[in-house]
Amino acid sequence: MAYNWNWGVFLQVTPTGGEESYLDWMAYGFKMTVGLSLSAWVLALLFGAVIGVLRTVPNRWLAGFATAWVEIFRNIPLLVQLFLWYFVLPELLPPTLGDAFKQSHPVFQQFFASMLCLALFTSARVAEQVRSGIESLPRGQKNAGLAMGFTLPQTYRFVLLPMAFRIVVPPLTSEFLNIFKNSAVCSTIGLLELAAQGRQLVDYTAQPYESFIAVTLAYLVINVVVMAGMRWLEARVRIPGFIGGK
Amino acid sequence: MYEFDWTSIPGALPFLWQGMLVSLKITAVAVVFGIAWGTVLAMMRLSSLRPLAWFAAGYVNLFRAVPLVMVLLWFFLIVPQLLERLLGLPPGADVRLASAMTGFALFEAAYYSEIIRAGIQSVSKGQMAAASALGMTYGQAMRLVVLPQAFRNMVPLLLTQGIILFQDTSLVYVSALADFFGAAYKVGDRDGRLVELLLFAGAVYFVICFAASQLVRRYQKKLKTA
Amino acid sequence: MTTLRTLCRPFLALSAVAAALLASPAQAQELTGTLKKIKDTGTISLGHRESSIPFSYYDDKQQVVGYSHELMLKVVDAVKAELKLQSLNIKLMPVTSSNRITLVQNGSVDIECGSTTNNAERQKQVGFSNTIFIIGTRLMTRKTSGIQDFADLAGKNVVTTAGTTSERLLRRMNEEKQMKMNIISAKDHGESFLTLETGRAVAFMMDDALLYGEMAKAKRASDWVVVGTPQSFEAYGCMMRKDDPAFKKVVDAALARAMTSGEAEKIYARWFQQPIPPKGLNLGFPLSEAMQQIYKAPNDKAFE
Repeated sequence: MAYNWNWGVFLQVTPTGGEESYLDWMAYGFKMTVGLSLSAWVLALLFGAVIGVLRTVPNRWLAGFATAWVEIFRNIPLLVQLFLWYFVLPELLPPTLGDAFKQSHPVFQQFFASMLCLALFTSARVAEQVRSGIESLPRGQKNAGLAMGFTLPQTYRFVLLPMAFRIVVPPLTSEFLNIFKNSAVCSTIGLLELAAQGRQLVDYTAQPYESFIAVTLAYLVINVVVMAGMRWLEARVRIPGFIGGK
Repeated sequence: MYEFDWTSIPGALPFLWQGMLVSLKITAVAVVFGIAWGTVLAMMRLSSLRPLAWFAAGYVNLFRAVPLVMVLLWFFLIVPQLLERLLGLPPGADVRLASAMTGFALFEAAYYSEIIRAGIQSVSKGQMAAASALGMTYGQAMRLVVLPQAFRNMVPLLLTQGIILFQDTSLVYVSALADFFGAAYKVGDRDGRLVELLLFAGAVYFVICFAASQLVRRYQKKLKTA
Repeated sequence: MTTLRTLCRPFLALSAVAAALLASPAQAQELTGTLKKIKDTGTISLGHRESSIPFSYYDDKQQVVGYSHELMLKVVDAVKAELKLQSLNIKLMPVTSSNRITLVQNGSVDIECGSTTNNAERQKQVGFSNTIFIIGTRLMTRKTSGIQDFADLAGKNVVTTAGTTSERLLRRMNEEKQMKMNIISAKDHGESFLTLETGRAVAFMMDDALLYGEMAKAKRASDWVVVGTPQSFEAYGCMMRKDDPAFKKVVDAALARAMTSGEAEKIYARWFQQPIPPKGLNLGFPLSEAMQQIYKAPNDKAFE
């Protein structure tokens, strides 16, 4: 195959006016990927913790609601969920609300739909980890809490959750990594994150290999940084005698 | 309020079914080859030969660090050339399907190999020692003693990964291949009925994956009590 | 620079003629490039679009149809005749604006006739056939939107399709005239129109013929109107691998024959002046002066 390598392509100025180089496009995509993933992760932890706790409570309705949540977000492909949030939801909302959303800034629309989608998709997985964390605690802990005169919410608040949250940190590492990788799916609705910028660069420069290699390396860097960060965190929260405690 | 119009779905069912077959084909090929190659990778990783272990570790970590979308784009880019060069392009073959299958199989192998590695390590070391004491070679011990037990424990996890894989096949959308989701999107786009078709696709995926995961769960319970 | 280029032009033309003269006897003896590939595999791989109405798109039976597609089939016949093949397998490969160049380059697609603009930038990457269509880039908007021309778009959401020349023009206009438009780049024309139809954008910038084509899919075609001064005129060509003069010669000859014989005009009438699938709408798009010129004297000149 006759392929003309040209790594200098990243320094070229884009043909859309202004002084941006293709490297600036990549940097924008990188920031978008990181910003999207981190904000979705915060929401996913929030929703996931609440739903995970609800799955373990004795109330049938609450537990049922939490189970439905987990099953829905786990059994529909991420791409389909994304399209449902982005294309379908605004049509089903009351017209004034739907139109207000649709006429807002496109980047906001894409970012919002992507963030919501990633957060809810990941929350189902976080919830399962939180639930198994709580269930892995000896039953005596809950009973002891109740026997001390704590109400059920207090038992969760002061006894079960502080333990459970520390136990779930190692399994959450892979979910945290996943959210960065899954964010690449959001390129399909036009959000200009890393993967989308990579493809855009191919359109504009017809240098697919340089562009794809750069994007792939960027994901590897994200991966390494997240792993190192989580390893540090895991060491900090390790509970002697429990899973991962050694 | 939005006015639903589901009338484009019945006529499109044969086309959607064709799409579903594509999704299932990719899933089946990727599961079979992914598990086979994943097993090899897992054994390499646990092998005492350093270069093999390094290769496997590098492979698994690389594939697990890159988004599936990127992997598919890569394979869409390079597989046509590879096929042409290595095999000679079989006339009429759909290169996109072949590249999607290759991409998924190689990608999933990295995930399967981690499941399988954990499965092998979960079989107690005494088993291996006992097998070698009986005069079995390493290969025999693996094949006859360790792997059968490991796989029995792993089946639910392997199946669950298969369900995730089935969901992930929708990402072949990036290569314009008409899998079930791609077909639904195309019909919706053509008829201006995207809302209905996306809801329909979501419902179909949910029913299939939910039913499959319930079956896996039931099997898992049976395994525990057995 | 200009003077240098002007000076060089006769020499370039001369050397091209010389190259053609030198190359043609060799080809008669030995096939190379795409023609060889087609002969060896007995298969030609055609790139087509999925929703470039009325150039290349799926009808309601999921068959590829359209103006460019029919011309491409004329080319296939010519290739078959040239190679003296009994049968020729046709492999159809849908392409998008973003992946078509890569797919031609990497050999997945031998020829793509859809709605691809021939320009200098792309000529660095791929080869182009004789021009098959000439368009102007304009805007589609709702009749009630009050938008008359590009100047009315300031501060509004505007959609265009990713990877197209319209996308570049629009971004450049936004930058140069400080219009503060929010530009949405949709994946394909279908998605662009959806973005317009659902109210996410007030206007859709694209090649005028394609805009008329998208109208054919609309729930109510009469709601929409194409407005604005054309921002550029562009020549559509079929895309092939670069530096493959033997294949290009066959393709160009087939297209020129269709155009000068009046066949192309009939194909034009079928797709632009008669009801077309999926909804049986008549685009009512008259044959332009520029198009008549092309049919009279086929050529492969780009506009940029």
